[in-house]
Amino acid sequence: MATQVHFEDVNEGDEIPKLAKNCSTQQLVMWAAASGDFYQIHYDKDFAQSTGLKGLIVHGALKHAFLGQLVHDFAGERGRVKSFGCQYRGMDEPTQDITCRGVVTKKYAEGKQNFIELDIWTENPQGQKTTPGTAVVTLPSRS
Amino acid sequence: MTQQQESQSVITDEMRAAVGKEGEPATLEVDKTGCRMFARAVGHTDLIFYDEDYAKSKGYRGIVAPPGFLGTQTFKPAAGGGAQARPGMGFSIPYKRVLNGGTEIEYFDTICAGDVLTARNKITGFNERSGSMGPMLMTNRETTFTNQDGKVVAVERGTVIQY
Repeated sequence: MATQVHFEDVNEGDEIPKLAKNCSTQQLVMWAAASGDFYQIHYDKDFAQSTGLKGLIVHGALKHAFLGQLVHDFAGERGRVKSFGCQYRGMDEPTQDITCRGVVTKKYAEGKQNFIELDIWTENPQGQKTTPGTAVVTLPSRS
Repeated sequence: MTQQQESQSVITDEMRAAVGKEGEPATLEVDKTGCRMFARAVGHTDLIFYDEDYAKSKGYRGIVAPPGFLGTQTFKPAAGGGAQARPGMGFSIPYKRVLNGGTEIEYFDTICAGDVLTARNKITGFNERSGSMGPMLMTNRETTFTNQDGKVVAVERGTVIQY
């Protein structure tokens, strides 16, 4: 994990560090076991194709969890993830790059907490936002 | 909404009556193995999700549940798979295909291994839309997670799309 980012260092419009993912089918099986989602379109190619899909697809909830990692790593040791969510707009395939990205949309202090609001998303190799969403994290202050 | 669309609605009185009603509460255990498996599957590198001593050295009660992990439901063979019946899936809808539309989790406290969560699920509303995939029914649901001390620690909001 990177060094701690502070509230004062962050400005609206800033992009946060990217998180690069590229799922092997093994990772999809690990996710199936970890999440309890055993729908076969994520690991059985014949089954996936029988439903009309081109092939295997990455679990939407796994991409949600990737975005969770993106904002957790951004918030750092002394920050906290308050909320994060996304919509599953486009499918992603295994062994393709999934880039998790985020941009700061708002910063404000409320009570003793320093809030950062973000637009977050996953991006496919064509640059399409397949999983757009938002997040709120708190960051420590330098003071 | 036009008159014609209204007459084609798949939302029944039974469905309307179900909005806001809580289903049977479910118990979810947050254990060390579950946290580690989830963190590993995602690819987390922060040791607070894996190492109990490390997590404690950072001020946590124990291994931290990674973002998105809200415990593992107790498997019940008699229930035919153990999956919690999702609201919106029990109605007879003339659409065959199902998609997960989205997920949002709001946290009110940290969840750690050892916690036992009670999940209460309800439908918050139905929407209909006609998109590129044809007519769709969207079911919005909300699940509230309460820990063993009676504190609401997380709320998950999700949308199921049938089309």
